[in-house]
Amino acid sequence: MALPPPDPQFVLRGTSAAVHALHFSCGGQEPDVPVLFSGSENGFIHVWNLKTHRVDTALDGHGRKSVYCVETMGGKNRLLSQGRDQRICLWDLAEGRTSVTDAVFTENVGFCRCSLLKVAQERWLMATAAKALEEVQVLELPSKMSVCTLKPEVGAKLGMPMCLKLWQLNCGSQPLLLAGYEDGSVVLWNLSTGKALSQLACHQEPVMSLDFDSEKAKGISGSSEKVLSIWSLNEQQNLQVYKTHQLVNAGISDITIRPDKKILATAGWDHRIRIFGWKKMKPLAVLDYHTATVHCVSFSDHKNPSERLLAAGSKDHRISIWSIYTQT
Amino acid sequence: VCFIPGGLDCSISFVSHVLGKVCVHGRQKEILSVLVPRLTDLTKSDCIWQRICWRLIECVPDRWMEGVVLGFVQRAPGADILSRLLGNLVVKNKKAQFVVTQKVLLLQYCHPTAVLQNLLGYLSLDGLRRALLIKVLQELLETWGSSSAVKHSPPEQQQYISKAILICLSHLKEPEIKSCRQELLTSMMEGVKCHLDSNLPQIRRLGMIVAESISSKINTDGPVLKFQYEEDDEARELKSLLVQTPPFCIVPSFPDDDRNEKGDAALPLVLESTKKSHTAAPAMPDEELDAELDSDDDLIPYNMSEDKELKTKAPVYIRDCIEVLTGSEDVDKWEATVKALESLVRKNPAATREVKYVELAKILLHLEEKTCIEGFAELRQRTQVAVLTTDPIPVAKYLTSQFYSLNYSLRQRMDILDVLVLAAQELSYPKSYGKTKHSGAQKPCIQLLPGSDSSKDWRRIVDERIKSKTRRFAMGQSQVELASGPNEFNSVAGYFFFPLIQHFDRPLTTFDLLGEDHFVLGRLVHTLAILMYLAVNTVAVTAMGKALLEFVWALRFHTDSYVRQGLLSCISSMLLSVPTERLLEDMTEELLETQSWLGDVVEKDPDGDCRRLALQNLLLMENLKKKLKTVPS
Repeated sequence: MALPPPDPQFVLRGTSAAVHALHFSCGGQEPDVPVLFSGSENGFIHVWNLKTHRVDTALDGHGRKSVYCVETMGGKNRLLSQGRDQRICLWDLAEGRTSVTDAVFTENVGFCRCSLLKVAQERWLMATAAKALEEVQVLELPSKMSVCTLKPEVGAKLGMPMCLKLWQLNCGSQPLLLAGYEDGSVVLWNLSTGKALSQLACHQEPVMSLDFDSEKAKGISGSSEKVLSIWSLNEQQNLQVYKTHQLVNAGISDITIRPDKKILATAGWDHRIRIFGWKKMKPLAVLDYHTATVHCVSFSDHKNPSERLLAAGSKDHRISIWSIYTQT
Repeated sequence: VCFIPGGLDCSISFVSHVLGKVCVHGRQKEILSVLVPRLTDLTKSDCIWQRICWRLIECVPDRWMEGVVLGFVQRAPGADILSRLLGNLVVKNKKAQFVVTQKVLLLQYCHPTAVLQNLLGYLSLDGLRRALLIKVLQELLETWGSSSAVKHSPPEQQQYISKAILICLSHLKEPEIKSCRQELLTSMMEGVKCHLDSNLPQIRRLGMIVAESISSKINTDGPVLKFQYEEDDEARELKSLLVQTPPFCIVPSFPDDDRNEKGDAALPLVLESTKKSHTAAPAMPDEELDAELDSDDDLIPYNMSEDKELKTKAPVYIRDCIEVLTGSEDVDKWEATVKALESLVRKNPAATREVKYVELAKILLHLEEKTCIEGFAELRQRTQVAVLTTDPIPVAKYLTSQFYSLNYSLRQRMDILDVLVLAAQELSYPKSYGKTKHSGAQKPCIQLLPGSDSSKDWRRIVDERIKSKTRRFAMGQSQVELASGPNEFNSVAGYFFFPLIQHFDRPLTTFDLLGEDHFVLGRLVHTLAILMYLAVNTVAVTAMGKALLEFVWALRFHTDSYVRQGLLSCISSMLLSVPTERLLEDMTEELLETQSWLGDVVEKDPDGDCRRLALQNLLLMENLKKKLKTVPS
């Protein structure tokens, strides 16, 4: 007899707005406090102390426009946030400061979350949707120099880019970009040539979110329909569909694979978080806590496996924190 | 029979006489089955034989001409062969012309399509004869367009004429169409109006098909008339007549009356294979996965049985449902309420004390589709039936009063009738509601059964007849022995029945049963027949029978055949439901009058169904008398 699904370990309340973005920063040594960054619809970024479960700081840098992406750049003192005010802000949070050190004006009015990849010490690549409809631009941070702009062919009709993922096989190799588009395709781009290496039609509806496991060369994407699509990358850098998984209710907002590549979590429009085993897409649990659409899920980067957490942010203003499958 | 080959002058008038005499005595088939193929062969390329053949037929005396010509028209394998055999007979001989252009087309209607093709093709093949073709078309159109013909002639004849018109149209050439374009247009407009006015769907469809065909012929460029109707074999066959194919024998087929065959089968639900299973198996075959080392085995799944589809919850109380239906802007909730209301009403019969069901009935009667729900009309009707059966008396009073009120659409009035019938059926068969067996309604095959042990069969046949009028919906198991319980229809039958009869002769500004709205009158009459039938074994049945008989008597000469069929069904119901003793004691005179009326109908009514129903009724009455005689008084 299977156990009933666990309850959240704790629930963070106090954002007073829908939560759109979450990011953990728990890798620091003692006495560093593990924190969770959350971006809300009212433009605030909250820094949650995971020991006290209270907000340590609230950052207001996007003119009360919704923040839909938060990332850290090497530690919790450097934060990157992206908001609907068409800006990407870089924050310096060391020693209690809360200032925006730099900003990139993307001129993009969409919802596509940017993707960050550390390529060298103090060098990151960031991919975001550009001003023109179908384009993705890749910038180098912190210099803000443009590396390339990825334009689909004329007549490709991909629509807006919906989700991005920069990755490289190992340090020093070619960085590549996976982009999910409005027409349901996933495209693999080569950043140095600026050309698409492979395109795969995964869904009938826009690709809402994707994640990629570079070790296994396997990725997963979710859309507004009832299907999760799992695809793989072969030696010729070609994308192929590996399998699909049917869901009970339609609509996925976010997918994320845990850093140890054992499980993955999906955030659903049906208010539920689903956990699957990554190896074979075995459904493991359905976490039913929220009372509105779950917008984002994120796994923590704790060094100690037994402390690992999963966070989910929802439209019902709450962030649920779960401790699940921490024994492996 | 051996013919003298050419070269000699011979008189064949003797042969003509023989031929004529044989045909008139009814031996057409024998002699022509030999003669026609022989002549066909002989006349194939030989002109002399052709002339001989023409002469042969021309010399047949007038009084026997019809048999011969008809025989040839029926036997000839194609229009061109008929043309070879008859030549310009129709032009030269008055009698032949009458037979071909008038008698076969307008006065008879028993001939199959092949005969029509032969005949009209024959007329079209020669310049001299084409003038006759046009004349024929005009006369056919006149008949087709005459409203009295549409009302009074049997459907079979109307179909025959329509076929003839379509074949004529197919033979017409451009210049001819141009010259008579205006007339075609006028007759089409008149004709289509009469046809659409009719109550019988078959007639309406015939009218539509012919009008479309005429319109497509006269408007070769530009918009043509296009109607919406059921495309079935009959329609396709008719439309195929518009196109002339090279001569071959078309097998004639008169499809059966399609009165109620359009009971659509329930659409099979396509269940997605992994919809319900929460342990959804991966799409890949299992063999591949078994080969891999499964390091996921140590991840034990949790219980996921609660993971179901998300649904908007419908309100649980009827009062809340009323609120949602009358006020709410939330369309999801509205949809969920509409779907859930029927089961709520059925589960809470005691709620009549709290909520006024009349209010519910009013809301449902006026409920319009806010979002696109599949099967909305059926949902609404089932809910109305549930409301009516739960609180019959006040709701029946309300509905019957609304039937005769101002400002309802015909559709709403007919909905009221349907709901009353379904509820009555449910109330009188207490254990069998809720089973939606789609009746794939059989066509009632009514045969004249000789013999006196036909009373059971009559009952069954009349049952089928009546039930086939209740279209599309839940049919309870009627022949199964019912668990016994009080007849719920008993106490309310009167409330369903009498108000409907009361005001039929009082016209309102928007509703005139005896005038234009004869379609609703037809439906009302059929409804009364069913209510009467269902009232068997109730206390009020005798009073109902008397009232119904008076009602029928007042309307018995109605011009609409649908109404008349309904009236005859009423009589059947009455004869079946009212106990025999009551019939013969209280209604003797009326029954005798009815009997003589029925006899009249059997002989003189133009509609085939009416005649059959009247005959059934007469036989029923006979059976009743016999039954009473066998019971020792």
